[in-house]
Formats: sequence, structure tokens, C-alpha cells
Amino acid sequence: MTEFWINMGPQHPMTHGLWNMKVQVDGETVTDAKPEIGYLHRGYEKIMEVREFQKNVVLTDRLCYVSSITWSHAYCLAVEKMMGIETPERGQWIRVVALELQRIASHLMWLAAYGPDLGLLTGLLWALRERELFLDLIQLMSGARMNQNYPRVGGVRNDLPENFEAMCRRSIEHFLEKVDNEYQRVFQESKVFHMRTEGVGKISAADAIDWGVTGPNLRACGVNVDLRRLDPYEVYEEIDFEPQVWHDGGAGDSYARFVCRFNELRESCQIILQALEKMPKTGPYRVKAPRRAEGEGYAKTEDSRGEALFYVIGDGDDRPYRVKIRSPVFCTMAATPIMLRGNKLADSVAILGSVDVCVGEMDK
Amino acid sequence: MTSAPLVPNLFAVCEVLVLAIVWVVDQILYALAGLIPPLTGLAQWFDPVARARLGMGPLGSELLIVVVTWLIAVTVIVIWATLVNLLTMMWVERKFYSRLQDRYGIMISIWSLPFWPFNRAHRPTHRGTGYLQNIADGVKLLQKENITPRNADSAMFHISPVLIASSTLMIFAALPWSSGFYVANLELGILFIFAAFSLAPLGILIAGWSANNKYTLVGGLRAAAMLMAYEIPMILSVIALVFFTGSLNPLTIVKQQERTLFSLGPLAIPAWYVFSPQILGFIVFSVSMMAEMERIPFDIPEAEAELVEGWTTEYSGMRFGLVFGFKWLRMIAGAALIAILYLGGWSGPVFVTLSVGGVPVPIVPEEAWFLLKIYLISIVFIWISWSVPRVRIDQILNIGWKKLIPYSLGAIIIAAAAIASGLWAVG
Repeated sequence: MTEFWINMGPQHPMTHGLWNMKVQVDGETVTDAKPEIGYLHRGYEKIMEVREFQKNVVLTDRLCYVSSITWSHAYCLAVEKMMGIETPERGQWIRVVALELQRIASHLMWLAAYGPDLGLLTGLLWALRERELFLDLIQLMSGARMNQNYPRVGGVRNDLPENFEAMCRRSIEHFLEKVDNEYQRVFQESKVFHMRTEGVGKISAADAIDWGVTGPNLRACGVNVDLRRLDPYEVYEEIDFEPQVWHDGGAGDSYARFVCRFNELRESCQIILQALEKMPKTGPYRVKAPRRAEGEGYAKTEDSRGEALFYVIGDGDDRPYRVKIRSPVFCTMAATPIMLRGNKLADSVAILGSVDVCVGEMDK
Repeated sequence: MTSAPLVPNLFAVCEVLVLAIVWVVDQILYALAGLIPPLTGLAQWFDPVARARLGMGPLGSELLIVVVTWLIAVTVIVIWATLVNLLTMMWVERKFYSRLQDRYGIMISIWSLPFWPFNRAHRPTHRGTGYLQNIADGVKLLQKENITPRNADSAMFHISPVLIASSTLMIFAALPWSSGFYVANLELGILFIFAAFSLAPLGILIAGWSANNKYTLVGGLRAAAMLMAYEIPMILSVIALVFFTGSLNPLTIVKQQERTLFSLGPLAIPAWYVFSPQILGFIVFSVSMMAEMERIPFDIPEAEAELVEGWTTEYSGMRFGLVFGFKWLRMIAGAALIAILYLGGWSGPVFVTLSVGGVPVPIVPEEAWFLLKIYLISIVFIWISWSVPRVRIDQILNIGWKKLIPYSLGAIIIAAAAIASGLWAVG
């Protein structure tokens, strides 16, 4: 059979967002792939130059709508470094709690999307059901389910509400029980799930590093890289946690990526519980940030999908002179043809689902 | 165990119905003959009493009446299969997997109808049982435009849903619902059913090719590739069963299973073929049937994750409704086949009959047991298919060729050995 190209997107149930994966198939085997992105390009870096420092948080929220807080936080961190201010200790702890809650919500959204990619609609509804727990917690904390606008330059928007700690513990306890029973059974212990994910979409650690793959996708290749450990920001160095790295054989396949993300759900819960315990119970959560600033700020954080990087230059005005965003998914997307080649057409969905694409941050 | 079907003989029941209608028409004809005298002859032709006086044969033997009776019998089966069982099965599936996924599922019911007069104030419109949702969906699909892609092969594109729908309905011509409720009692009924079953993948291939779309093409080719992988083990496991039954007539096969195999204290184990050395064939048959029904672990021809909607992508309106909805009809037929071949068909433990004027009327008729088995088997299939991901095309070919076919050949050897050694008697 001759080879032909199939457009997987921009209107296709596989694409979680607006992008196009052109796949060349020979029968059922993928011989080549070409990601086409840019459908959602909104010119973030340019828009941010005409808005004040503090108001840009609203924009960075929308970089990835399932992981708003982590992106706003990366931006705030970069601006804080440029301004030379530091968040008060309680503010930093609150940020850690917010970041990890957002990471869990984001990973659950990924898990929810990964289910239908494999034909398992039940996984979608179960994961979205538990995501509500964390959206509720985030809403309690920030007042919004989406685009929370919670981190601010110099701290966070508001203090934690009353009883937040108890509610957090209760939700996490319930969630961990669901993870250990329902999710574990429907995903990890399912034979068909193993058949669909093991050994497909392989990428070697060397290739992954060359192409700039970061985050859980790189840790699935067996590379122990986690910016929360290697280059700790906020108060992560005071927290005892283990970056989830795939150590067994068959590294870099869809299953390894699944396991890394899946275990990060549990790990993030432990981080939240520790943070709730260790954080100072009272104190300021925010310092006043100057309106104008001059200099350069640079922050890289461990986003839900990889390393998020913000580079902000101020020229003494009340708005940035230049902003550069490094999106992890943008780099991962460039490496997807390597993962896809040689696999079956049906697996292209299982592979692209496992790398967790977020088009908002990819197209910026 | 004595059996008693609710419909002792579909043809006889329909004939009574036809003769009753003819009697009403005849009275009208006699009344009209008072005004138009030449109609008297026609009225007398329809009148059994007048026929006897004039020395003509009984009305029931006239070709016209026989043909009309057959047409009505076929219509009864089609309505019974589609309007009753298809809708119920769709409702069962949608409600069941919704509950599996922690949600309410469909809720449109009779309370949602705008003209439903009773109890409206206490019943919000979307708090029903959801039985009418599928009818609402069907009405919606009927209203939609039927779009044919510009470059599609129009004739083939439009023939394919007809082929799929008609071949699926053909199954029900030979599929009995009880020892009396069937259209045709064929000696080779099971063979006919399988032949009708395997026509649909041809329709899928035609649909995939003619729509001139890459997704449908891949879906159609997958259906063709899959066909071999599951049809062969399915037929082979039935061959293993035929060693035991010595017949391909569904009525005979069920009759053989109505006796008691052995008693475990108060529990009488029936001689269903699943409790015989056919257990291996039963497993192979059920797995292949799941592929035949295109249910989720094996629904790769329309894998919606990578192929949009697979081979149904380009269909719209009621054509889509036909090819989509008839999947449930095939599920009913598949579950019915499993019940007939391995699970004793309509034989059940209790057949309470009341004698009404000398005619035995069953309280729990055979049809009830048969429907119970069909729905239970279907629910197990639904349960499985909403709990596992979809397998890949090469994996299902592996399962079919490397696992199911050897197992079914093994089932044949076991069956032959059981018969040869006298462990199990034919029939």
C-alpha cells in the first residue's frame, strides 16, 4: 500500500486543543509525522510589553488554562528577581500549596484526556470527578475555578481561608484512596492498558535531552531532573519529597510517562500535607512591589508539563521591556515525530496523549 | 421442566389477527354490497361461512391471506426487535455505563413531553428514567440533512447503510425468541444467522471506501482485516458445538439443553452446553462475538480517538442513526446466539402455567427467560467494554490468529474426543 498523509487535527477528537499532527502512514504504520502548531498563537510576549507588571499576571494565567497558577507563579518569580524583592515566608508556603494543588488538577486533566485517547471513557469521568475536589480547594483559596489570578508579584493575592488545612487534608485523604483503588485498577493494573502503552512511543534519554524535552516526559526516560530539587525555588528545599523518575527497563515509552505522572499525583499530595504542617501559621503573605523596575529577571520553575522559563527585562518603566517565555510543550512537540515513527496509527493517539499537550502555552 | 411459550406459534397468531381484520372488512363489504350489488361476490369470497356453502376451500389457505399473514409476522418480529428490544437495549447500555461513570445519564422520559398532563409541577422535565431519550435522538436524526460528500461514490455510499441494516434484520428472520416465537424454523438456522452476521463487515468496507475519506478508508480496511481474525474462531467453536448437537437448528439445540445434567442436592444443574466440555468453545465464541458486535476492546473500525468516527465519519442524519443504532441490534442478536448455543436458550427453572379455558397460559413464559438471559449477557459485555481501553489492530489480529483459532481448534479436538470416548452423547 502506498503511503499517504493523514491530518490528525486541527478538528479531530485526538487533539487536546487546536493543533494539527500530520501523520504519514503506510497501511497502519506511521512512517513520518509533522506537528503543525500556531493555530492558537496570541502574541503573548508582545502583549505583555504593553501591560503593567502586576496586570500581566492575568495574561500568564491564560497561558495554560489547566495549569494557571504554575504559569503565573513563574512569571511573578521572574519579576520579583528583577525587582529584587522577596516573598514573605508564609507567602512562599502558600505558593507551594497552590502550585501543588494546581499540579494535581493539571495531571488529573491529563489523566482524564488520556482515558478517551485509549478508548476508556470511564477514566475521563472518574478523573474529572476527582479534579473537582482540587478545583474546589483552589476556589476556596483564590475564589475562582479557572484563571485564578492568585500569585502576585511579591506574594499571593490573599491569605488562606479559615479551615483550609482541614479541608485540604480531607480531600487529599479521599483522593489518595481513589488513586490507590479505582485509578490503579482501571489504568495501571489493566492488561489492555499495558498492551496499549508498553513499548510504544519510545524516545531515548539522549534524544530527549537533545530536543529539550523536560518534566515528567524526561523523567520517564530515566533522567533525574526536577527543578524543585536541582534548583529549588520558594521553599521546596525544606520539603522532603522524591522526584518521580522511571528506573526500570523500557524507559521513555508511554507507560513510563504515565507512571511518572501518575506517581506525581501521590507525591504532590505528600508535598501539600508537608507544607500545611511546616508553614508558619501567621505572618505576612505579600510584600508591596515597586511599580517601576529596571534590570533583568529570570526564573525557571517545574511546571506540570516541564520546565517553564520566564525572562523579563525592565527598562525603568512600569511595564516590561521584553518578556521571553520558554514553554516545555513547545520543545516536547518538536520531539514527537521521533516518538511516533514506526508505531501504529492507533498508537499515535496513545503517545501524544501521554506527553500531555497544552496548546495554550505551546503557541503562546 | 415443561416449557410454555407466550406465543405458541407466531404464524397462527398472525393468522388469527388477519382473519379478524378480514372479518371486519367483510362486514363493511356486505354493507357496501347493499348499495353496490356486484360487491356481493367479493364479500362472499372473504366470508368463511359463504365459502363453505359454495364449496370453496378454507380462507386461510388462500395465497393472498398466506402472504399477508407472513408479512404481518415479519413486521411483528421487526417491531419487536427494533422498537422494543433495540430501544430498551440502548437505554440499558446508556443508563448502565452512566452509573458506572458516576453520573445520571439520560433522563428524558414521558415527563419531559410538553403535552404530558399529569403531575407536571412535581416532576422537573429532565428527571425521568430516560427511556424516551433514544426516541428523541431518533427524531432529531430524522430531521437532519443527509449530506453526501462531493467526491464520494454516491451509489455505494447510500447502499452500504441499507446493506448493513437489512443484513442485520435478516438475522431475526431465523432467530427464535422462544419455541414458538419465530418467523422461520430453518434446519440450518445457525448457519443462516452467521451468514447474515458476516454481511455487515462487507457493508462497512463499502462505506469506508466509497466515502472517499482517509479516516473512513482506514476504518473500512480495519473491519475487513478484523473480519478474518474473529469470524474463523467463531465458526470453528460452533463446529465444535455441532459435534455435540448434531444439528444446526436453534430449536433443536435448545431442546437438547432442557434436561437436567445432574443434581447438586436441591440444585438441578441444567445440561447447558456451557457446563459441558464446550466451555472452551464458549469462551472463544464470546470473545469473538464481542469483536463481531464492535464493542470497545475491539471496536477498532470506528476508533473515535484516532479515526474521528471511523467508517461512519461521513454519514449524517438517519443514515448515521441506522448504522450506529443497529450495532445494538447486532448486540441483541449476538447475546441471543450465546444464550441459544451455550446457555440453554429459553429454558429456565420455572414455567408456571395457568389453565384458562383449557389453554395453558404461562406466568413466566419462555420469552421472559430468554430476554433475561439476553440482557444479562449484554450487561456483562457493556460492563467489560466500559472498563477497558481499546486494543490495537495488530493486537486483535494477534489475539484472533494466535490465541482464538488455536483455542477453537482445541475445542474441536476436545469435543471430538468427548463424543468418541462416549463421555457425551450426541443430541
